[in-house]
Amino acid sequence: MAHYTHVLRSVAVGATALALSSFSLMHAALAASTIKLGSVLSITGPASFLGDPEDKTLKMYVDKINAAGGVDGQKIELVVYDDGGDANKARTFATRLVEDDKVVAMIGGSTTGTTMAMIPVFEEAQIPFISFAGAVEIIDPVRKYVFKTPHTDKMACEKIFENIKARKFTKVAMISGTDGFGSSMRAQCLKVAPNYGVSIVAEETYGPRDSDMTAQLTKIKNTAGVEAVVNPGFGQGPAIVTRNYAQLGMSSTPLYQSHGVASKSFIELAGPAAEGVRLPAAALLVADKLPDNDPQKKVVTDYKKTYEDATKQPVSTFGGHAYDGLYILIDAMKRAKSTDPKKVRDEIETTKGFVGTGGIVTMSPTDHLGLDLSAFRMLEVKNGDWTLVQPGS
Amino acid sequence: MSELLQFLISGLTVGAVYALVALGFTLVYHAADVVNFAQGEFVMLGGMVTVFAYAAGVPLPLAALLAVIVAVVVGLLLYWLAIAPARGASAVSLIIITIGASILLRGAAQIVFDKQFHKLPAFSGDAPIHLFGAVIQPQSLWVLGGAALVVLTLYYVMERTLIGKAVVATAANRLAARLVGVNVATVMALAFGGSAAIGAIAGILITPITLTSYDVGTLLALKGFAAAMLGGMGNPLGAVIGGLFLGLLESFGAGYVSSTYKDAIAFIVILAVLFVAPQGLVGRRKVERV
Repeated sequence: MAHYTHVLRSVAVGATALALSSFSLMHAALAASTIKLGSVLSITGPASFLGDPEDKTLKMYVDKINAAGGVDGQKIELVVYDDGGDANKARTFATRLVEDDKVVAMIGGSTTGTTMAMIPVFEEAQIPFISFAGAVEIIDPVRKYVFKTPHTDKMACEKIFENIKARKFTKVAMISGTDGFGSSMRAQCLKVAPNYGVSIVAEETYGPRDSDMTAQLTKIKNTAGVEAVVNPGFGQGPAIVTRNYAQLGMSSTPLYQSHGVASKSFIELAGPAAEGVRLPAAALLVADKLPDNDPQKKVVTDYKKTYEDATKQPVSTFGGHAYDGLYILIDAMKRAKSTDPKKVRDEIETTKGFVGTGGIVTMSPTDHLGLDLSAFRMLEVKNGDWTLVQPGS
Repeated sequence: MSELLQFLISGLTVGAVYALVALGFTLVYHAADVVNFAQGEFVMLGGMVTVFAYAAGVPLPLAALLAVIVAVVVGLLLYWLAIAPARGASAVSLIIITIGASILLRGAAQIVFDKQFHKLPAFSGDAPIHLFGAVIQPQSLWVLGGAALVVLTLYYVMERTLIGKAVVATAANRLAARLVGVNVATVMALAFGGSAAIGAIAGILITPITLTSYDVGTLLALKGFAAAMLGGMGNPLGAVIGGLFLGLLESFGAGYVSSTYKDAIAFIVILAVLFVAPQGLVGRRKVERV
């Protein structure tokens, strides 16, 4: 009996070995003619609103590039793993991409948490990593192999204060959500406000699930000299703030919302109270309203149309970040005429004047984001729709 | 003065909602000795069904009625499918069952409806009413009036009708109630249906103010439970007092102390009250006779 088991086991081992060797042979043959790119995205789980459009965008455009003949005659092979929003899983998948899949570059990382967990893996393996996550910590301090495409909440604060300064306001009140988005942006806004000669004269917060902000707004209303109010927040909170704001009759003081609520549903939820509210947003959201001479007009309208035709869902800026990351990488590979990770990294860093959905990207050894404030457009709600605010007003 | 009045009004509005949720807890606890943590989901169902029926073209009053009916059906199903078969299980098991039911309902709502936030138009316009410098939303009056009506109706039913007497009898002593001919199972089903209806009414009344989504129930259940504990578990009057008190605590906490700590302030006060009076503000101490 023992003898039989032994024989069986050796047969099994032999078969596995054979299968493995033929598999790796096949693998090697494939690798010669394709460029292997890796991606770890939060396609399911709480951050699926980020990962889902990113995944769809990457697959859609990789197919497109391959159909058009690939990069310098080589087809792209995209390996995507779903981390479900879990940073531990993301790190495991990152290691797998480096050690088993042997990718030449990495595009992805939907959330700041998953991105930060994966950074050490790619830094150590010296493989370029372009993240789609928001926080400024990813590229500040600059890490040699790490880049990112989305604008930061610090830039949103700067855009708002720039507009406040242009309107000659100096005394501003803030009411922030206490969720991750709201508290991070609140901290950034407090940091950059002095650069624009703005002093924060009143500060209130609300919980992400609060249903009434009248008490906080009453306090702001009774603070003397408030010239404008800024509300960093995400979800339904800002819509309730906007409604309470109008009910308390505070609408004569300008209200600024953040890019966190830059979607049509904000206008729907806040209703007529949203009239006159201003907020910074990516060009993608107002694609059809951009003037024809806008440098981003073509890119954003093309992407919007391609995405909406293919998925039948409204376009989001998150998918746009994936589009930008993919094409920054492809352009760098074309310039490097190589897929050597080190050469590609050097070329990503010299990206200059790349027109993406998030803005015009010009990177440098000290700036691995490459966007300036022109990436944001200041919008105002008028007659239930977004309008572009003319500069200086 | 106007500031005080403003805090008072927003506190009472939010408090009235907590009071309604707490009433639902109380009713079920009273009749069936179960703390029903799916109570918040009835509030969610009330709001969401109304929103979707209204969006589909059903007139608002009919949509609201439909929402109440849906919630009552769900409440009865919850009793017949989950609570009744577990008869005789320990209180902890029953609580776990209701928590499971709440997760199930939330998940189902996510699939049947969607994950977005929705709003309803205010019942009588958005033009705010000005009173001594404070601003009142007309919908706040609906919430306060609606809550008062529900409380009065419940009081009348409990004190003046045979069904109410049956509920009180079941609460007092289940075995004795059965001996005198009360159909205990029907009474419990009624309690679940009734608490679902109260929850749904709360959901319909507040949606124009607070917006709604598939997961609004969780926090409301927590706050409603805290209010019920504060007032004295199982006491309808206590639920109302507890709810209003909690709403006022939050609003005054945010207004006069710090908005960052307003939830903490509310819960600290609740802990302090329960420390001094474990039976709640108006609860009676339970005496076990041996």
